[in-house]
Amino acid sequence: MLRFMAQRVLMAVPVIVLVSLFVFLLLDLLPGDAAVAIAGENATPEQIADTRERLGLDLPLLERFWDWFTAALHGDLGTSLYTGQSVGGAVAERLPVTASLAVVALLMAVAVGVPLGALAATRPGSRVDRVVGVAGSLAMALPPFVIALVLVVVFAIRLAVLPATGYESIADGGVGVWLSHLLLPAVAVAALLGAELARQTRGALLDALSQSYVRTARARGLKPLSVVGKHALKNAAAPVVTVLALQAGHVLGAAVTVEFVFAMPGFGSLAVDAVNQRDVPMIQGVVFTSALVVLVANLLADLAYGYLNPKLRAG
Amino acid sequence: MAVDATAAPGGAPNVPGRAPLLEVDGLTVEFRSGAGRVRVVDDVRFTLDRGRTLGLVGESGSGKTVTSLAVMGLLPPRSSWVEGSVRLDGQELVDAAGAELTDLRGRDIGMIFQEPRRSLNPAFTVGEQIAEIARRHLGLSRKDAWDRAVEMLDTVNIADAARRARHYPHEFSGGMCQRVMLAGALVCRPKLLIADEPTTALDVTVQARMLRLMNELQAEFDLGILFITHDLGVVAEMADDVAVMYAGELVEQAPVDDLLSRPEHPYTAGLLGSSPDVQGHVERLRSIPGSVPAVGAWPAGCRFHTRCEHARPGTCDTDPVALADGGPGRRARCVRSGELHLEGVGVDA
Amino acid sequence: MPETTDTGPAEPLLEVTDLRKSFVTKRDVFGRAVAREDAVRGVSFTLPHGRTLGIVGETGAGKSTVGRLVLRLAEPDAGSVRLLGADVLSLSRRDLRRLRRRAQMIFQDPFASLDPRMLVGQTIGEPLLLHAGLKGAARTARVVELLGRVGLPAGTADRYPHEFSGGQLQRVAIARALASEPDLIVCDEPVAALDVSVQAQVLNLLLDLQAERGLSYLFISHDLSLVRSFAHEVAVMNHGEIVESGPGSELFGHPQHPYTKELVSAIPVTRPGRRRSAAVRRAAASIPAAPEPPVVRPVLSHVLEGDPS
Ligand SMILES: Nc1ncnc2c1ncn2[C@@H]1O[C@H](COP(=O)(O)OP(=O)(O)OP(=O)(O)O)[C@@H](O)[C@H]1O
Ligand SMILES: Nc1ncnc2c1ncn2[C@@H]1O[C@H](COP(=O)(O)OP(=O)(O)O)[C@@H](O)[C@H]1O
Ligand code: SF4
Ligand SMILES: [Mg+2]
Ligand SMILES: [Mg+2]
Repeated sequence: MLRFMAQRVLMAVPVIVLVSLFVFLLLDLLPGDAAVAIAGENATPEQIADTRERLGLDLPLLERFWDWFTAALHGDLGTSLYTGQSVGGAVAERLPVTASLAVVALLMAVAVGVPLGALAATRPGSRVDRVVGVAGSLAMALPPFVIALVLVVVFAIRLAVLPATGYESIADGGVGVWLSHLLLPAVAVAALLGAELARQTRGALLDALSQSYVRTARARGLKPLSVVGKHALKNAAAPVVTVLALQAGHVLGAAVTVEFVFAMPGFGSLAVDAVNQRDVPMIQGVVFTSALVVLVANLLADLAYGYLNPKLRAG
Repeated sequence: MAVDATAAPGGAPNVPGRAPLLEVDGLTVEFRSGAGRVRVVDDVRFTLDRGRTLGLVGESGSGKTVTSLAVMGLLPPRSSWVEGSVRLDGQELVDAAGAELTDLRGRDIGMIFQEPRRSLNPAFTVGEQIAEIARRHLGLSRKDAWDRAVEMLDTVNIADAARRARHYPHEFSGGMCQRVMLAGALVCRPKLLIADEPTTALDVTVQARMLRLMNELQAEFDLGILFITHDLGVVAEMADDVAVMYAGELVEQAPVDDLLSRPEHPYTAGLLGSSPDVQGHVERLRSIPGSVPAVGAWPAGCRFHTRCEHARPGTCDTDPVALADGGPGRRARCVRSGELHLEGVGVDA
Repeated sequence: MPETTDTGPAEPLLEVTDLRKSFVTKRDVFGRAVAREDAVRGVSFTLPHGRTLGIVGETGAGKSTVGRLVLRLAEPDAGSVRLLGADVLSLSRRDLRRLRRRAQMIFQDPFASLDPRMLVGQTIGEPLLLHAGLKGAARTARVVELLGRVGLPAGTADRYPHEFSGGQLQRVAIARALASEPDLIVCDEPVAALDVSVQAQVLNLLLDLQAERGLSYLFISHDLSLVRSFAHEVAVMNHGEIVESGPGSELFGHPQHPYTKELVSAIPVTRPGRRRSAAVRRAAASIPAAPEPPVVRPVLSHVLEGDPS
C-alpha cells in the first residue's frame, strides 16, 4: 500500500509542472501584446517598455517560467498589479470562504446522495426509485445560481430564517453563525453533486448487487444491511469516488457563481475582479490554486481506489 | 402436511421418529416473464439424510440451480413464486419468516457455487469473509472469529493458513478459492451443504482434490450434501443417491449404482451413453438427438418425447407422465420404464 | 501457391518443431517488459493427413497458444511450422492468407466467434466469395448445401446468431470453416460450452466430415475422456511442454509420465461401485464413527482397494 501511495504521489508531479506551465502561458495567451494589454490602451511606448521589463516579458519564455515556478513552489505567487497586495495573501484570505462552502456542500451531497442512491438501488423500479430519479434530474437541470436565487427568495426573504448574504468565519461568529451563512449556498452547490452521486451510487450498487459474491453473502445469512452496506457498497464505491473527484472542478465552479448570489467574499469575486482588471499575477495565482485543489482531490480519489480495490495495490 | 419419510430414495434408512435432514416436496418455482409467469421447476421431490450425498444431475437450464436457491430461500422475492414444501430437520422453510431464514442460512445450511473466484468478495480478505460469518451466527468476538477462520482455512488444507487469511481472493487460484468458499460454508458446522457445480470450473486434478476434501469433511461433520452437477462421472464418485432433472422436473431417482448400471428412464440412459468416458475410442459417439427444450416451450406429454427413441405416439405425447415408484428407492417418469431394458454401464470397461 | 503443391505423399500435413512463445506479463511505467511467462516451451509434433491429434492439459498449459501459433494467429519466438509443405513462419502475408483458407479454426464460444449483426448465410458465404469467387445464386446454393451438411435447414441462412442454441451455432461455425474447403481444422475446446447431450452430436459431425473429406484435426481440450474417444493420437501438455504423447488407449491405459498418471487418475469414472460407503470414508478420514452406523451398500472390493482417490 505504501508503494502504491508513493507511486500515485510521484505521478502527480509532472501534472503539477504541466498545469503550472499552462497557467504561466496564460499570460502569453492574452490577445495582443501582454505588455500593451496590461499597461493600458493609452500608454506611451515608454510605459509599455517599462511594463514589459517589470513583468520580465523581455526574458526567454522558459527562464521566465522557471523563475515563476520555483517562486510559486515556495508560496510566492507574485504581487497584484493593482492593489500591490501579495497574491498568496489574497488567496489565503479568500480561500477559506470558498473552501468552507465547498466542503459543507460536499458533505451534504455525500450524506444525501449516497443513501438515496443506495435506497433506489435496493428497490429498482419502486416508487422511491422513481422519486429519487426525478428529483435528481431536476437538480441536474437547474443551474446552481437559479437554485441559489430560489433559496434566497424562499428562506431568506419570505421566511427570513437564514441570512441572505455575507459570510462569518468560525473565529468571528462561532460555528452556529458560520453554518447559518453557509447553509443556503451549500444546498445550491450540493444539489448537482448530490444528484450525480445518487445516480452513480444507484448504478454502481445495482451492478454490485447482481454479482456472485452478493449471492454468497446472502447464502451465508448475513443481514441485509451488511450485504448492501458492506459487501456491495465497498465494491460500488470506486465509481462513486471517481465521480466525486471528477466533480471537484465543477463544485469549485458552482461555488464561485453561488458566492456571487450570496455576496460572499470568496475565491469567486477574487477571480472575477482579477479578470476584469487584467491582474495577471492574480489570475495566475487563482488558477494555480484551483488546479492544485482539483489535483489533490484526484490524488485522494486515487488513494481511495487503492483502499477499495486491493488488486490495484498489488500492481 | 404428512411427512413422507418412507419414500426416501436410495433406500436410505430413516431412523423411526426422526425426520430426514432435508425433505423437499412438490417444489415448484415460477418466474415473472413479461406479463405472465413461466415455470422453471415443476413438482420436485426428494429427501436427503445426514452423512449422505444426493447428486442432482441435469443439463444446463434444467432447473438445478433454481431448485437449490429455492431450498435456501434465495430467489428474488418480487419476481419469483415458490410453492411446495422444504423441510430442514422437520422445520418448514418455504413460508418461514425472512429473519428466521436469514438466521438459518450459513448456520444450518452452507452453500458453495460454481465460480469460486467470483463468489468471493474481491474487496475483503478471505479471513474476514469467513470470520464475519462466525461473528454473525456464533456471536464470536473479532479475535475469536478470526482464529476460527484461520482454523477453518487449515481444515480445508490451505497451507500457512494464518498468513493466507490476510490475503485477498485474487491472490488465490480457482481451486483454493473454492476451498475458501468451503471453509466459509462450514465454519458454523452446518448439517447441510449445498454444492452447486462446485468443481465444474476447476481443472481435473484440482477437482479430484476438492472432491476428496469434500468426502473427508462430510465424514468429519456428518454432513448431508446436495451435490449439483452435470457430470455423471462426478456423480459416480460422489453421490449415494441420484436425482436426474430434465426440463424442470425429476425424471429419475435411484441409488447411484442402480442408476448407473440399470437406468430406467431413456434420458438417463442417453446421458450415460453419450458420456465419452464410457465409450473409449470410437468412430461415432452415441448421442441424444435434438436439443434441450427452452423454458416455456416444454413439449406436452412426456417432456422428453421429442428426443426419445422409445417414444410411442399417442401415449407419450398426450398426457403428462407421473413419477412412478420403481424398485427399492427408485422412481422414474416414463410410461414404458417397466418394459424397456435400457443399457447402463458395467463395472468394467 | 507453388510451395504447397510439392507435398510428397510421405510428408505429414502438419509438422511442428520446437515451437516457443513467451508473453510479457508485466511492464514498467515506460512499457518495457519486466516479466515474461513462457507459454509454450519447445513443442514438437506431427499430424498426418486425415488424422486427429488431441492436445490435453490443464488451464494455462499452453494448448490454445499452440493452436494459434500453428495458424500464425500469434507470432512464435522460435521453432518451425510446416503446413501442407509450406514453411508457415516465412510466408509472405499474401501466401499466408492463401494458406489459411486450407487451415481453419473453430472456438469454444460460438456466440463470440460469429458476428451478431450478420445473417448466418452471409457469415458462411463470406469465405465463398473471398476464396472461390462464388456470387449470387451459386453462392446461395453452396451455402444451403453446407448448412445441409452440418444438419441445419436451409432457412437457417436468413436468421441471426442470437436465434440459435449453442449447439446449432457451433454447426454454423463448422459450416463456415468448411466453406473454404480446408485440410486442417484447429478445434479449440469446440464442445466445452455445449450441453452434454449435444456435445456428442457435434463431435459426430466432425467425425463424419473427417471420414468423408479426409480432414485433419488439431483437437484442443481439457477433457481427457473426450480426447480419448475422439483423437487418434494424444499429446499431454503441462507448463508449455508436451510431457507425453501416443495413441489414446496406450496413453490412458499405461501412462508413463508422472503428470499423465496424475491426470489420468483424476478423471472421474462413470461406473458403478466408485462411491465408497460412508463407513469407509470415515475410516479413511480417520474419524471415529458416529453413534448411528449408516447402512453400508455393497461395494465392489477390488474398486475399494484400487481406488486412487
Ligand atoms: N495474449 C496473451 N498475453 C499474455 N499472456 C498470455 C496470452 N495468451 C496466453 N497467455 C498465457 O500463456 C499461458 C498459456 O495460455 P493458453 O491460453 O495457451 O492456455 P490453455 O492451455 O489454452 O488454457 P485453457 O485451458 O485455460 O484455455 C497462460 O499462462 C496464459 O496466461
Ligand atoms: N432470476 C431468474 N429469473 C428468470 N428466470 C430464471 C432466473 N434464474 C433462472 N432462471 C431460468 O430458470 C431456468 C433454470 O435455470 P437453472 O436452475 O439455473 O438451471 P441449471 O440446471 O443449469 O442450474 C433457466 O431457463 C433460467 O434461464
Ligand atoms: S414416456 Fe415415452 S417418450 Fe417419455 S421417456 Fe418414456 S418412452 Fe420416452
Ligand atoms: Mg446452474
Ligand atoms: Mg485455451
